[in-house]
Amino acid sequence: MTAANVAIDHGAPTRPRYGSMSRDRRWALRWSYFFLVLFAIFFLMPPIYMLITSLKTSAEISAATNPWWVFNPTLSNYVELLTSNQYLLFFRNSAMVSIFVVTITMMISIPAAFALARMKFWGSATLATGVFLTYLIPDTLLFIPLFKMFAVFDEWTGIQLLNKWYVLLIVYPTLTVPFCTWIMIGYFASIPKELDEAALMDGANYRQILFRVFIPVALPGIIAATIFAFTVSWAQFLYPLALTTSQDQLVLPVGIITSLIKGDVFNWGQIMTGALLGAAPPLIIYAFLMDYYIAGLTAGATKG
Amino acid sequence: MAQVTLRKVVKYYDEVEAVSAIDLDIADKEFVVLVGPSGCGKSTTLRMIAGLEEITGGEIAVDGEVVNDVPPKDRDMAMVFQNYALYPHMTVYQNMSFGLRLKKYPKAEIDKRVQEAARILDIKELLDRKPRQLSGGQRQRVAMGRAIVRNPKVFLFDEPLSNLDAKLRVQMRTEIKRVHQKVRTTTVYVTHDQVEAMTLADRVVVMNRGRIEQIGAPNFLYHSPATRFVAGFIGSPAMNFIPCRLEQAGEGLNVRLSDTIAFAVPTERVQRYRPYIGKELTFGIRPEHLTEAKTNGSKNYATFDAAIEVVEPMGMETMVFFTIDRTEVCGRVDPNAGARVNATMMIAASLDNMHLIDNSSGRVL
Repeated sequence: MTAANVAIDHGAPTRPRYGSMSRDRRWALRWSYFFLVLFAIFFLMPPIYMLITSLKTSAEISAATNPWWVFNPTLSNYVELLTSNQYLLFFRNSAMVSIFVVTITMMISIPAAFALARMKFWGSATLATGVFLTYLIPDTLLFIPLFKMFAVFDEWTGIQLLNKWYVLLIVYPTLTVPFCTWIMIGYFASIPKELDEAALMDGANYRQILFRVFIPVALPGIIAATIFAFTVSWAQFLYPLALTTSQDQLVLPVGIITSLIKGDVFNWGQIMTGALLGAAPPLIIYAFLMDYYIAGLTAGATKG
Repeated sequence: MAQVTLRKVVKYYDEVEAVSAIDLDIADKEFVVLVGPSGCGKSTTLRMIAGLEEITGGEIAVDGEVVNDVPPKDRDMAMVFQNYALYPHMTVYQNMSFGLRLKKYPKAEIDKRVQEAARILDIKELLDRKPRQLSGGQRQRVAMGRAIVRNPKVFLFDEPLSNLDAKLRVQMRTEIKRVHQKVRTTTVYVTHDQVEAMTLADRVVVMNRGRIEQIGAPNFLYHSPATRFVAGFIGSPAMNFIPCRLEQAGEGLNVRLSDTIAFAVPTERVQRYRPYIGKELTFGIRPEHLTEAKTNGSKNYATFDAAIEVVEPMGMETMVFFTIDRTEVCGRVDPNAGARVNATMMIAASLDNMHLIDNSSGRVL
């Protein structure tokens, strides 16, 4: 016992055994900043490298110069991509898919979450858990069965969905709807029950409660879910790679890979530029709606 | 303009009986307060009247029409909740007009009603604010305003003052009474605070364990409680309960509290109490009927010596505590009566205001 005390006293001679709150806080802050800076460097490295590379010519990229510096900056990669109809088509496909998927997701998730959170019906709790379990099945497990299903569907009905960009409108919601429903169930559950009862007493029916009370009050949660759905459909790679092949049906991530890599020739400058431009829309959306996103994801931890 | 009738209303939550077969008639324009400890079924009863809770058995009727299966929105009742439940995204004006807007009232009519309600509640200058910019008392007013503008058949209040601080609660209590005197709507009000119940109600319904213990005007309940529960629940500080037994004393009866203290039962009660000689009984008396000995108006009073243990001066009166046969008893004496700790004081019990409770049934005899 005494030995231990002595050891501690020697180990930390400048610090009292019971540090004051402000001293503890200062240390905690130092450590958190240290790790924050570390993570920031780690995660910002790739995009910075992309930006640097996108400003270089192919010759400079393959030259053995310092890869972290641009000696002859050029915008030719940007000009070429933005004037190529193909890249703009990928962009348009991605935008169409994402916007439609977000719309479809919200149209399903909001009423579903409302029903599961508020209308206590037989099996609603099991159903809510089921929704979440659906989300746990990885897409790597599903893309082959899904491909087969669409092929069979084509054989039976003659309606061709494979190799059309709109096949993704059917597939993506299987990823977005469960998760969005789940976070919105949590958000809706944090809204006091008296609020819908008050609306009920005021003469509102369920539809009116949903549209005139719930959606406005739960807007932060809904926006968080929207951002999530958008990000997932914008960045999805495996499904479009498996389900679409024609150049005019491709979305951005797949399009960049298939059109800018010819055999073993990598057009690095344009790949980097394309990826950078492709990352812009989610980035812009995050920047504007960040506060809502955080408010939405942390809701339920404390009363919203 | 509505009477509300409850006939053998029962509510089960799974296996648990929350409300068991209660009967209640609420007259038009009456202010009825349901009061009782938490878990007594008062809120459940209110919510069944509102239609927010399904009824397991029995029936609820408004103006003679059974409303068991009528959804809340069609019952034409307005409710004020404990946590106000204001729509956070709407202004005060929008909050108050929401119900009318849903029913597609003309704009001019809505405006007239909202302005009128705002005038009654003195919240005219708050109409453009959002709920989060209001204090607790203001939110409570808005919640009431939302009920008033609807001009409903029935007002329902679910512990509306519980979230307010003590001072504001008293203020809002008066406010609610004033509003009811102005708008005269049938009102059902739930509270666990017996003072609120006493001050607001035309009739108080005391509930306990899902049953109605007693219904009556506040003063009637206070002076003639039907059961030990009501006697103990209504009134603050609470009534003293002292174990006792009845003894024959010549023509009359004595109620014996301890070896040394026994009171002669007032002659008009002797007949009523006689069958209970020898049974387990409790003597009930309110603190204000145990005062310093002096000629205090009542002809039936008995005096005894009490060793004062605690003295609590309240300003307009002083509470004294002493023990009768191991039971702590509270008396209420004049501040100038000279009550001192560890001193003996002559206490007078007003026997016209005594109660005798049968321990086996809990009923006041």
